[in-house]
Amino acid sequence: MRRKFIEFRNVSFRYGDEEPWVLKNCSFEIYENEWIAVIGHNGSGKSTIAKLMNGLLFPQEGEIIINGQKVNEETIWDIRKDVGMVFQNPDNQFVGTTVQDDVAFGMENRGFPREEMVQRIEQNLTAVGMQDYRLTEPHRLSGGQKQRVAIASVLAISPQVLILDEATAMLDPKGRMEIMRTVSKVQEEHQISLITITHDLQEVVQAERVLVMNKGEIWDEATPREIFAKKDALREIGLDVPFVATLTDELKQAGISITNEPLNQEELLEDLWTLHSRT
Amino acid sequence: MDITFKNVSYIYQRNTPFAHKAIEDLSFHIPSGSFVAIIGHTGSGKSTLIQHLNGLVSPSSGEVTIGEYRLTDEEKPKRMKELRSRVGVVFQYPEHQLFEETVEKDIAFGPQNFDIPKADINKRIKEVVPKVGLQEELLKRSPFELSGGQMRRVAIAGVLAIKPDVLVLDEPTAGLDPRGQKEMMDMFYTMHKEEGLTTVLVTHSMEDAVKYADHVIILNNGTKYMEGKPEDVLTQQEALNKVQLDVPEAVQFLQSFEKRFGVTIPFTRQSTKEIAQSIQRYIKEAGSRE
Ligand SMILES: Nc1ncnc2c1ncn2[C@@H]1O[C@H](COP(=O)(O)OP(=O)(O)OP(=O)(O)O)[C@@H](O)[C@H]1O
Ligand SMILES: Nc1ncnc2c1ncn2[C@@H]1O[C@H](COP(=O)(O)OP(=O)(O)OP(=O)(O)O)[C@@H](O)[C@H]1O
Ligand SMILES: [Mg+2]
Ligand SMILES: [Mg+2]
Repeated sequence: MRRKFIEFRNVSFRYGDEEPWVLKNCSFEIYENEWIAVIGHNGSGKSTIAKLMNGLLFPQEGEIIINGQKVNEETIWDIRKDVGMVFQNPDNQFVGTTVQDDVAFGMENRGFPREEMVQRIEQNLTAVGMQDYRLTEPHRLSGGQKQRVAIASVLAISPQVLILDEATAMLDPKGRMEIMRTVSKVQEEHQISLITITHDLQEVVQAERVLVMNKGEIWDEATPREIFAKKDALREIGLDVPFVATLTDELKQAGISITNEPLNQEELLEDLWTLHSRT
Repeated sequence: MDITFKNVSYIYQRNTPFAHKAIEDLSFHIPSGSFVAIIGHTGSGKSTLIQHLNGLVSPSSGEVTIGEYRLTDEEKPKRMKELRSRVGVVFQYPEHQLFEETVEKDIAFGPQNFDIPKADINKRIKEVVPKVGLQEELLKRSPFELSGGQMRRVAIAGVLAIKPDVLVLDEPTAGLDPRGQKEMMDMFYTMHKEEGLTTVLVTHSMEDAVKYADHVIILNNGTKYMEGKPEDVLTQQEALNKVQLDVPEAVQFLQSFEKRFGVTIPFTRQSTKEIAQSIQRYIKEAGSRE
């Protein structure tokens, strides 16, 4: 059995006493060495969950346990050492005057030795393809370059939990795939918990488990295949299914009896091939 | 309005040791009323290009003309404010264009700045808020107390409220949920048609480029790499792969289908339903031949 790393117990949250509840009685668990995707309509509470996980916000009701510790004002400094997060807008997290200072910042805070810092800056900027921009000021980068640097900065601290809040939204599709490959390699090698908040259905397919948010509540929690089988219900709550799932649906409607729920092109082609050779 | 780039280059931090050429010798012409998609890898110069369209930057060399307005290194249009009232730009990160105390004031800022009467502004707000899928109750909220997707919608509403002739969109659907992405693009397209706009869309979505654009321009390292009709340009897998891009998923699928089954179903911007029907016909025929 894998170890529980994060646990939300009946968590409710609102941004002010007069404000509406934006999270309502949410309970879920995230394990060590697991990649979980969080999806949901705009305003469903995804970023709020992320901010609760690293103690930028505290819940009014319920409790959050991370690595065996209850999250509160006393424990949060300890817990934050384990949690790395990339915000939805990278401008909100740049602190350094150059790209390399920015990557160094998190390591300095955690007391990394100088030599290791130098080596990690090099290694992580190279991993995201930004090694040539070491001395550039972060605000002079293009939208996608900012996201790459933000990801390098958080990878450099080797966190136990890595939260990416729409951290690849501005990347071209190939760049997005490469970065996610880098991140998932780190996830496997270091057995960390990876939480990706995303609207990109291709990215969701790669996760082990999906948490679906709707109006501040947990709507479902299952594997990508199980989630994407609920096509119409997903569309009703503002979401959608990947191209392959849509095509499969249309094929069924055109009278082709595909029984599986293919998640990628290879699986669908395989199913069609089987049918084709049978007829 | 017609848009023309003639041998345009743009250098950031010119005449410093950090000088960086983001656009190089770029020429193209966009006739009034077109819907153009600009595509290119991270850092290829897309956002730099579109900042020329409302005079936020001027070319370091070469010439940009938008309708009757002309921009060169020496010459900025005298009527810059007028240009900005006719060219609306939605920036890549919505936070960069939000600053007022409330969402309502933020949407009103553009039209106010262009001296639209108060009564008209209120009418425009009523019109654009549902168009961008924003809940009415958010109007009194600070734009910084919103979710990412909600901020995006406010930024778009603010630009629509200006009622521009040219609509420039820098990845306008990033951060929107899947339904929001589709509804927003459909809304832009309807406006484009009904109001005869000229629309320039920067996007990483090949699907959107194929679906909505009538012309695409591909950038690579600040230069023009390809240009043409979406169905001609966005089906060239090899050429696109060379510059970090790929064909739309439907085209990828049709190509894999061809490899596996040895039959070609040509890509003609058809819907997923039509693709399914072609496959169904092929499988049925294959069955009856045996
Ligand atoms: N600082 C804030 N003050 C008050 N309300 C807020 C604040 N930040 C977010 N909200 C509200 O809380 C709700 C949840 O927001 P959250 O940012 O968690 O959504 P999200 O699921 O991340 O959405 P998106 O996909 O648009 O990023 C929204 O209705 C939003 O308007
Ligand atoms: N303010 C700036 N100062 C200096 N260089 C800049 C500035 N803004 C962008 N650049 C550089 O110019 C090049 C083009 O950037 P631009 O923002 O136009 O790219 P883009 O195609 O929009 O990329 P993305 O898809 O990542 O948004 C990049 O190499 C970038 O680092
Ligand atoms: Mg969010
Ligand atoms: Mg850009």
